[in-house]
Amino acid sequence: MEAKLEPIVKTLQAKFGGSFEEFRGEVHYFIQPAQIVEALTLLRDQHQFELLSAQTAVDYWPQTSPRFHVIYQLSSLAQNITLQLRVPVNGDSPTVPTATGVFDSANWRERELLDMFGIQFEGHPDPRRILMPEDSDGHPLRKDYPLGYEEPQFTFNFEDIDLRKPYAKE
Amino acid sequence: MGVEQKLGNMGVVTTTLESVVNWGRTNAMWPMLFGLACCAIEMMSAQSSSYDMSRFGMELMRASPRQSDLMIVAGRVSRKMAPVLRRLYDQMPEPKWVIAMGDCASCGGVFNNYAILQGVDEVVPVDVYVAGCPPRPEALIHGVMTLYEKVKADKFVPTQDK
Repeated sequence: MEAKLEPIVKTLQAKFGGSFEEFRGEVHYFIQPAQIVEALTLLRDQHQFELLSAQTAVDYWPQTSPRFHVIYQLSSLAQNITLQLRVPVNGDSPTVPTATGVFDSANWRERELLDMFGIQFEGHPDPRRILMPEDSDGHPLRKDYPLGYEEPQFTFNFEDIDLRKPYAKE
Repeated sequence: MGVEQKLGNMGVVTTTLESVVNWGRTNAMWPMLFGLACCAIEMMSAQSSSYDMSRFGMELMRASPRQSDLMIVAGRVSRKMAPVLRRLYDQMPEPKWVIAMGDCASCGGVFNNYAILQGVDEVVPVDVYVAGCPPRPEALIHGVMTLYEKVKADKFVPTQDK
C-alpha cells in the first residue's frame, strides 16, 4: 500500500470499522450505504480527496451476494493518491444515499447508475434516466438483462423473423 | 412519333411526362447529410474527387431536410436517435427516398443489443439497402444508381396490382 494511504485507511477503519482489499496497489475500502456520505465528506475535507474521478457499479450476480457494488473512486491531486470506496447493496431496487451533496459531479453519474443498474440514489435532485430513452424498460448493465435483442436472421428462419419485424409505414 | 415526322428535323423530341420528370429527379438528387458513424467517412469520400458522386448530379449534400429528397442513413441508429430520424424524414418534402447505408442501418449489423435499432426500416421506409461494413464508396454509388433505376420506373398513376 502507498505510504500516504495507510494513515487514511486506518482513520477510516477507526471511524467506520469496515474492511479493505488491496489489488496491485489499489485499495478498495468496503463501507455500508448509511456511512458513505459521511466517509466522502471526511475524505474530502480532512484528507484532500478533492476529486470524485469515477463513480460506477458492478453487478456480481449470481456469484456473490450482495450483488451490486457501487464504487466511488476518489483522487487526491495534492497528494497524488487514489482510493476506492465500495458500497455493497442488494435487492431489486437497491438504495444508496446520494453523493451529490458532497461532489456535484456525482449528479450525472448517479443518473447513469440509475439508468444502467437500477440503483436508487436517495435524495438525488434529478432522478431521471440519462442514456436510455425515457420509455425503455429494464436496466441493461444488470447481468440478468438479456444479451441479444433480436434473433439473427438465417436462411431457415428468414421468413418467420421477417413477418415479426415491425416495418415502418410510409 | 407522328409530330416529329410531320414537322421534320426541328429539334423536337416527344416523350412521356413520367419519363421526363423521373429523368429530372434522378439527375438532381440532393441527399441529406445524415452521417452517424464510420459509414459517414465512406459517404464523404464518395463525395470527394476520387469517387465524385457529382458525376451523377449529387454534388449537393444538404444539411437541412427541407431542401433534400434523399436520406442516406450512414451508420448505426440508436434507439434514442430513432425519433429524431423519423422527424427529419417527415420534414423532407415529397417525393423522398431513403438509402440504408451499411449493415448497421440495414439490419443492426454487429450491434444486436438494446441500444441500437435493428435496421432503420423499423422507423422509415427504406428504398435501397447497401451492404458492407462499411460499404466502399463504389458500393454507395452503386446503391444510388440502383435507386435511380427504381425512380425511373416510377408510375404517376397507381397500377391495378398495387
